[in-house]
Parts: sequence; C-alpha cells; structure tokens
Amino acid sequence: MLATMKWMPLGISKINVITLAKIAITAAALSHIGYFIAGIFLGYLGANPVEVITHAMGEWALHFLLITLSITPLRRHFHWNALMRLRRFLGLWSFFYLSLHFFVFIFFDHFFNLASILEDIIDRPYIAVGFIAFILMVPLAITSFKKLQRWLGKRWIVLHRTVYLVAILGIVHYWWLVKADILWPLVYGLILVILLADRLYWKYKKR
Amino acid sequence: MTPIFRRPNAIISSLTESDVTDEALFRRRRQFIKAGMSLSALAYFPQLAFASIDTFKDRFSQAERTVNLEAEPHSYSDITSYNNFYELGYGKGDPVRNAKALTTDPWSVTIDGECAKPGKYTLEDVLKPHDFEERIYRFRCVEAWSMVIPWVGFPLADLLKRFEPTSKAKYVAFETIYDKENPLPGQRRNVLDWPYREGLRMDEAMHPLTFMATGIYGKPLPNQNGAPLRLVVPWKYGFKSIKSIVRIRFTEAQPETSWNLSGPSEYGFYSNVNPDVSHPRWSQKRERVIGKLFRQPTLPFNGYQDEVASLYAGMDLRKNY
Repeated sequence: MLATMKWMPLGISKINVITLAKIAITAAALSHIGYFIAGIFLGYLGANPVEVITHAMGEWALHFLLITLSITPLRRHFHWNALMRLRRFLGLWSFFYLSLHFFVFIFFDHFFNLASILEDIIDRPYIAVGFIAFILMVPLAITSFKKLQRWLGKRWIVLHRTVYLVAILGIVHYWWLVKADILWPLVYGLILVILLADRLYWKYKKR
Repeated sequence: MTPIFRRPNAIISSLTESDVTDEALFRRRRQFIKAGMSLSALAYFPQLAFASIDTFKDRFSQAERTVNLEAEPHSYSDITSYNNFYELGYGKGDPVRNAKALTTDPWSVTIDGECAKPGKYTLEDVLKPHDFEERIYRFRCVEAWSMVIPWVGFPLADLLKRFEPTSKAKYVAFETIYDKENPLPGQRRNVLDWPYREGLRMDEAMHPLTFMATGIYGKPLPNQNGAPLRLVVPWKYGFKSIKSIVRIRFTEAQPETSWNLSGPSEYGFYSNVNPDVSHPRWSQKRERVIGKLFRQPTLPFNGYQDEVASLYAGMDLRKNY
C-alpha cells in the first residue's frame, strides 16, 4: 500500500510529461507542415516553393530519424527510461515526413507518371538510394502497432534493425545530391556514426 | 508579383516626341564625348575616371529591345532572390543576403592571352563604346529550373573584337573576382577551386546570341546576379554564364572550367542544354519554370536550336556534353 502511494504520483507525472511531449511535438510538426502547405498558396516560400518543400520534408524526416535513433543511447547513458515511450512516436513522425517528401517527388516532379518516376529512380543513383530507404521504412511503420509488435515477438526486433540501414541510405542520398557543399551531409553523417558506434559499444560491453 | 520598376519599353512608350533627343544631335554628342575621353587625362589617371556604373544610367533606361520571346519575363524579385552564385553562399537565398560583401566599385577587367591589345581595363573603358540593348532570354539552370530574364548589355563579340584576338585565339577563358586575402563569404571554403572559371570556344563566344550583360530590367545588375559584368549564353546551362568577370583571356588550348574540374563526369566543357543527355542528379528532359508547380519539357539548346545547332555540326553531343 505504502509502496503504491510512493510510486503512483511519480508514475502519473511521468505519463503526463510524455503525453505533453507528444502533444507538443504533434502541434509543432503539424504547424510546420501547415506552414509549407499554406506557402504554396500564399507565395512566401520564394521563387521555387516545390524545391523548398522537398528539401524541408527530407531534412525533417532525417532529423526525426536521428532523434529516434538517439533515444536508446540516451536511455543507456542517462537511465532516462521514460524516453523509450517516445521512440515509436518519433519514428512515425520521421516516416510521415518521408512520405510527404516522396509525395512531393511523385506529384510535383512527375505528376504521378509512373514511367517518368521509374526512369528518374533508375537514372539517378541518389534517387534510387532514397527510394530504397523509403520502401524499407514502410514495413517498419506498419509493424509499429502494438498488436503486430507482440505478434512478431523477437522477429520484430530483427526487422526493426533495418532502421540503421534506412538512416545510412538517407545520409548517402543527401550526400549524393548536393553539388559541392557537403558540410550538412557530413554533419548528419557524423551524428549517425556516433549513434551507431554507441550501439556497438554497448554490444561489446555486454560480452 | 509586380516588377519593382517599369520596364524599358514602358518607359519608352511614356515619352513624348519632344522628350527624345534628335538622333543626329545625340550622335554628335557621343562623338564629342568619345573624342574628349581619348584626349583627356582619364587615360593616364584611371582613378580620376567616373568610378560608378551610374555614369551609364541613361544607356540602361534607353536600351532598346532587340531580342524578344513570347514568354513573359519573370519578376524582378524572382530573378534577384533565387540565385546560384557560390561566391556569395551555396543556398539559393544566400547571394541576395550576402550581396553587400561584393564590391563592384572600382572594377577592372584584365584582358590577356592571344590578342593584340591586352591590358587592364576599367569598367568604364569596357562599357564606353557599347550601346546597350535589351534581350529577353530563356535561362536554364542545370538543376532543371528555368526563368525568362530581360538582360541589358551588348554582344560579347563586339567586346572581344576590340582587343583584336590573334589567329591563335581558339578559346576565350573567363574568371570571376577572387581575392585570396579577402575572400567573399562562399570563397572561405574550398567548395570549388577558386576563382570560378568558365570558357567558350571562339565561335561560341563570337555568336550573335552570346551576350555580355551588365543589367536586368533596365537597371545595373544587382550583385547577386553577377554585377557589374557577366556572361549570358542562353543555349547553355546557367553555370556557363559566369558572373562578376575580372579577367578575359584568349587561349589556344581549351581552358579549364570550374564545374568540370569539380565533377568531370557531370559537367562538360560544352554544357549545352540537352534533354537527351542524362545527368546523374537532375533529369534534363524536363524543367520547372520558376513560378509553376509542375515541370515542362526542356528544349534542345534551350530553344535556340535554329540559331546555334550549326556550331556543333558533326559533333557527338552525347560525348561532348
């Protein structure tokens, strides 16, 4: 009884913090996306709004992916276990931005013309790499629901390791598309290297 | 968006008969000015010369439209806010933000190589003998976007002939401003091998469409568009149209060009707009005209095929991309 009393307020406040974080992130992301959609009609995105939107959606897919991948290292180092409850949520936001990025590509760049989409994927390695990353992320998004997660059991963990490959492909995609200024792909690449190296460190340490 | 100022033809049409200087008188005045110039101390003391491009104000506003296009030019704000000018930053919005970093006054252009009249010419010397004209050209970037731009300037051929290139001059090389001690914001990192360099074959340089621009919309070029003097080669990808030129050299061998040095498999010396040559980054089959959401087909030689295709007769343009 006493233990429950002690535990309850802490538990409730933890739930609240996570829920509040989710509400805040959702509000921020939706207004961020809304800003770009409204920009198409209001013209404040400059001379080439489609380019601005494509880049913003791609960048934020990558941001959310890197944030998602930093949850586990943060938990391990700082024992901030409550963060784990944000991991799937953040990963799904990454997928949502990636879907918008892909939608802009097939709609504004190709007007849903399948032949022209395929040609672009085949002719341009950076697009092929980005496309593969998107396709690989689809099953991860689908199996992120709790029921499927439970049903898959241990296979879920194996399947979701694909996310490392998705992140690597994302960096390659970005690196390959810039003409000369590789500063930002390099920065994102280094962050990813740190996040992946940290996982190897724990794996090695466990043994 | 509405243009910030009136277009030259609008200015011309608003003039009445009495506003226009009698042509004979105009010519005499010019003769007088030219004669005065050659005699004056200006030649010996170039620092005494009128340093500003404002000297040529009237030539900008009076530039006659010589090349037109059915398409409506893009707005002044589109043309001057969306630029690729790596010297002033690598993002499209950077050049306008960093425009102040570029000083165009005083400006001089070094002419050297295979010609009879090499030397360092002040901007005034470069511009002085030329009447300005306005040309509406399509501008196609290798990144698969395009604009329609009302340039003000004069044919490059008219400029080059003044320096009397010799028979050894097979190519013309151009260089953008670069001061190692005082680099422009984008030149602080070796994103490209500075200075920016471009080049044309002599017959390309002498082609009547090849243009030396010094203004847009009847006004001097803003810095982000390559002030005070830039090349415009409308049938080639935009990066060939080198900005803020400080050196023109006549060469016997094909000159090195910046993007070709950076990515030889992607950017060739010729870089003619060609929807049939695939590019690893951007499909060149179609382009996004700025202001439109969807893409439209790209024309061979950017629509200037009738005028320039003969320059490349017998050449395999897939190899000479």
